[in-house]
Amino acid sequence: MERTPFKKGLRAGISIGIGYFPVALTFGLLAKSAGLSIVEATAMSIFVFAGAAQYISLSLLKLGVDPFLIVVNTFVVNIRHFLMTASLNEKLQPSSKPVKAAVAFGVTDETFSVIATAKEGKVSSAEAAGVIAVAYGSWVVFTAAGHLIGDFLPGFLQAAMSIALYALFVALLVPSMKGNRKVVLLASSSALLSCLFYYTGLLTTGWAILASTLIAAVAVELLYVKTGRAYGLPLEKEEC
Amino acid sequence: MGATYWWMLLGMALVTYIPRMIPLTFLDGRKLPPFLTGVLGNIPYAVLGALIFPAIFHVQQGDLLFGIIGAVTAFTIALAGLGLMPVVLGTIGVLAVYSLFM
Repeated sequence: MERTPFKKGLRAGISIGIGYFPVALTFGLLAKSAGLSIVEATAMSIFVFAGAAQYISLSLLKLGVDPFLIVVNTFVVNIRHFLMTASLNEKLQPSSKPVKAAVAFGVTDETFSVIATAKEGKVSSAEAAGVIAVAYGSWVVFTAAGHLIGDFLPGFLQAAMSIALYALFVALLVPSMKGNRKVVLLASSSALLSCLFYYTGLLTTGWAILASTLIAAVAVELLYVKTGRAYGLPLEKEEC
Repeated sequence: MGATYWWMLLGMALVTYIPRMIPLTFLDGRKLPPFLTGVLGNIPYAVLGALIFPAIFHVQQGDLLFGIIGAVTAFTIALAGLGLMPVVLGTIGVLAVYSLFM
């Protein structure tokens, strides 16, 4: 039985759909505790579709940060997608600009990894759309579900779930750190800077994340260029 | 939250979509300067470092131990080489036990 490319994509997307489940559920839960209505919370998952940026926006909203700064922060956190879609361009079969513009909406860290590492040659837009459809569906549905079940979950469980996003960040970061000094250096230097800005009260959370990220990313790159190391795209583990 | 929220959402949607859309739609094989490519490639890891620390310690206001236990658990499970779900659910599980008894 021949599978259509879209169905093939749907199958490949299932692992992401499952992975998003606890993270989206917690997002819905936290959005509720940050004072967002179910419509507001679900709308963010529908229109933005960017896990880390959405979580950060919640913590900044709670802190009463200026919404403009939240938008700037979202931009900085998501600018990494620029690199991903640039490399995805090489992996996708040619198709019309509107089709590509539509696929672009669904490029997250996770859908990017699945599409970019697909084995056989170039991937069609239909297959990419299948992967994205599962991931997006899971993200939106479980955001709403998380908001709905908020009241029924016992307090201790809700408290415990507030760690979900940070655990996900750790889970995303640690495998890349193994055997890759550049990643270790990047993550630890930005973490130190961020702690410095936070505990000295020099910068507010949004600016601290922004500044630490940019300083670490530029400084480590300069260091690697100075010491004559190759321009590494640490998206794939390639060094050591 | 009101109108400000929806303007913020519109802004967030645009600044998320534009960096995703421009390279895929308009780049077509054009290459970026290597230094810029390098810096862009560094950003995911730098941003994760800055996102995790120090925020992970302060997830529950006034309960530093909660954050420390969470951080240690998450890093331990992740370093053991287990996947995304075990890290997230395992950390939630450990903290659920902690929250239940504290």
